Amino acid sequence: MQILLKIILFLILAPVLGGLLSGFDRKIGARFQGRQGPPLIQPFYDLHKLFSKQSVVVNGVQDFLVGGFFVFVVFTGCIFFAGGDLLLVFFALTLAEVFLILSATSANSPYSAMGAQRELVQMMAYEPMMLLAAIGFYIADGSFNVVDIVHTGTSAIAVLPGMFFGFLYILTIKLRKSPFDISTSHHAHQEMVKGLTTELSGNVLGLVELAGWYEDVLLLGFIGLFIINLQWWSILAAVLVCALSFVLETFIDNLFPRVKWDKMLGSTWLVTLVAGGINLLILTLIH
Amino acid sequence: MVVFSSCAVLVVMVVAFSVSSLLGGADQAYLAETRLLDKAMLLAEFGLMGLVFYYSFRYKQYYCALLSAAQTLPVAWMELTGRSAEGGNHIIVDDLTIIMCMVIGIVGCLICVYAVGYIREYHKHHTEYKDRSPFFFAMLFVFLGAMFGLVFSGNLTWIYFFWEITSICSFLLIGYNQTPEAIRNSFRALWMNLLGGLGFAGAILYCSLKLDIANIRELVILGTGNQAALIPVILLAFAALTKSAQMPFSRWLLGAMVAPTPTSALLHSATMVKAGVYLLIRLSPALNGNLAGIMVTTIGGFTFFAASLLAISQSDGKKVLAYSTISNLGLITACAGVGLHEAVWAGILLLVFHAVSKSLLFLSVGAVENSTGSRNIEDMHGLIVKLPKLAFVMIVGICGMFLAPFGMLISKWAALKAFVDSKSVWLVIFLVFGSASTLFYWGKWLGKLVAVIHRSERLPDKLEKSDWFSIYTLAILVIALCVSFPLLSTYLVQPFLIQTFHEPLMTLISSSDLKIMFLMFCTILVLPVMVRLLTFGKRNKIVISYMSGANTGDDRHFTDSFGRESSMYLANWYMEDLFGEKKILKPSLVLASAGLIILMIVAIGGVI
Repeated sequence: MQILLKIILFLILAPVLGGLLSGFDRKIGARFQGRQGPPLIQPFYDLHKLFSKQSVVVNGVQDFLVGGFFVFVVFTGCIFFAGGDLLLVFFALTLAEVFLILSATSANSPYSAMGAQRELVQMMAYEPMMLLAAIGFYIADGSFNVVDIVHTGTSAIAVLPGMFFGFLYILTIKLRKSPFDISTSHHAHQEMVKGLTTELSGNVLGLVELAGWYEDVLLLGFIGLFIINLQWWSILAAVLVCALSFVLETFIDNLFPRVKWDKMLGSTWLVTLVAGGINLLILTLIH
Repeated sequence: MVVFSSCAVLVVMVVAFSVSSLLGGADQAYLAETRLLDKAMLLAEFGLMGLVFYYSFRYKQYYCALLSAAQTLPVAWMELTGRSAEGGNHIIVDDLTIIMCMVIGIVGCLICVYAVGYIREYHKHHTEYKDRSPFFFAMLFVFLGAMFGLVFSGNLTWIYFFWEITSICSFLLIGYNQTPEAIRNSFRALWMNLLGGLGFAGAILYCSLKLDIANIRELVILGTGNQAALIPVILLAFAALTKSAQMPFSRWLLGAMVAPTPTSALLHSATMVKAGVYLLIRLSPALNGNLAGIMVTTIGGFTFFAASLLAISQSDGKKVLAYSTISNLGLITACAGVGLHEAVWAGILLLVFHAVSKSLLFLSVGAVENSTGSRNIEDMHGLIVKLPKLAFVMIVGICGMFLAPFGMLISKWAALKAFVDSKSVWLVIFLVFGSASTLFYWGKWLGKLVAVIHRSERLPDKLEKSDWFSIYTLAILVIALCVSFPLLSTYLVQPFLIQTFHEPLMTLISSSDLKIMFLMFCTILVLPVMVRLLTFGKRNKIVISYMSGANTGDDRHFTDSFGRESSMYLANWYMEDLFGEKKILKPSLVLASAGLIILMIVAIGGVI
């Protein structure tokens, strides 16, 4: 019963929070460029408009594949916030991502094909760190289940500082922030147009947008997992750390130009190997 | 017709045998005294040696003859002078035997059925090769027989005998086309496998002369927590590594892809390469926590990682499958080398899932090649429109290889957990990086398949009914296995593990996780309906894809900067500069050889 309640809360609150975060992000970005920026709830207006439009698609399978992406992102979030298995969370998220990539490749369009290949490189870049982080939690807290990880006496970050750093690093990729936003961009005037989502429009694009909000909340939840323990104040601390991480990512987004994919892959794997690997090694030795 | 009926008989026998052994208590042993059979086997071994001699002299590859003589003669000497150890049952049946038996029987027979239609079409396309299909089928069945022999044998000499037959069958089947390339590759396969055989022969000699052991079970019992049996265990593990094409011996399996597709499917993905990991799984209790285990896990983990990186740069469908096979075998090897029962659980399941999914993929790549004339992944662009049925089964096969909620992922999950629990940090790191690159090469292949090109035509279906029968059955098996694997685990894998490790297995993947996986599976099934609801039944407008407004009428041509019409070509990324064979094959082979040699010397030196 309690699990059901958690799932319903996630389903309702996540898009609200995700939309606000997105609005906040745009606001900060605008201030960086000396502009006023749109109102905080602009993303909701945008989404409403997308959903009220007819979609223009290039084939009959796109909406099915994007639908798969949306359903599995939401599904993944539900597993996570209901306290499920972290590895399963990642596997389900991978499945969702594959749906999105397939929707882009199905279009037979140069820009979305390029976006899809780049997205695959991005997945290859961040996947090891995500798995390592889950393994780190398992060794530190003895369980892959979110429920058990939350119910421990000390915060996981105390023994997983390297993993935390590594996760922050890949968070830039996952949140589609510069320098690592190589598979899709916020603006259609760039060299790859909109990359992965070039051929999507109307309510189909709206679904991708909405799924992105759910995913952002899920990722921040993961950051929070590093902090939360049995004490009540740890929840406040977790919220604070999540907010700081998000602001940090927004700063990075506005400060760094996009890098080439090989640099992204190389640096991410290096960070994973050094920060994640060494943390894992030490953790295995002391436990 | 003969092929179909014999396959049907084989499958019926396999199923009947499995059911009866399951009902009547799985563990049985037969044939303690076998003097006459042993003599016959010895004769046959000389026959095999003669065969190798004949081919080596004919093609002037004398080192193969040398390798063959070096292993056959000492074993023969041992047997003829009565120095071979006695005792133990020659035939043993336990749950692992049943699992292997079902894999070989069912998957093997489906491949043979497919081979009938395939080889007919093959010779229509390749008139330059001599049609030797009777020989081909004879070899396939000899090979299947040898595989059955191998999994039923308990006596080391017997296993060795069948082991040699599979090596030579594979040599003959790879050389089927008799082109210079095929012959070169077949000899490469032969010498590597013979080298493994040499290790096997060494193990038999050592067991008989020093330890007075003739049976693999006794060896494992002696080897568990005991240094004495370490040398034969290492030699056997070495033989297994060559047979399972682990680095540095991976090159023979890639070369083997010149053979017709059924050969690749049968020998090089579903059965023969599984003989190596089968032996390792049998030995696994004796590998736990010693240098032999470290050798096996290091080589296996490294192979998993390196082979999946190498697969990224390949565009030939069969080569990708070959590298992926090597890589997955590496994972099974690593699981067996850990030697803990949860790791072995994952290893056995990997073996089953891999055999089914990979043979499905091989068969469908072969079918695509016969229909379109190419097995290059780039040419599979838009296959979902051209050959929708084949594209669909291929998607099932590929998803079965790496995506949740399908089979391989479940066992990878369990393997990961087992590696973490056994505190093998290096294995964990190999696994996480290796599975990320696995994701890349399968993902881009999937992407090619689902591309929908405007106004492309459906190609005529050239496959015979028997081909479709095999392909569909395998596809159904892939799906059925991912729903029913808990049953497989409870009734076959667990009893074997309890018998081997003497303690019950704790649950690796909890039942609630399984339920969620099942839910995911159902979600995929009902997704088309859900999507209709989600898009609120709106009618989409279909247009051609965006090319900066320069399309010339369809989504394949555009006006270039000179104002001429150019055609567009979308290629996948192969990243030759980072992951090309030129770049990383040699260093990985050198590393693996160095690692193997050093670990073997250290391990054997430690005992002596």
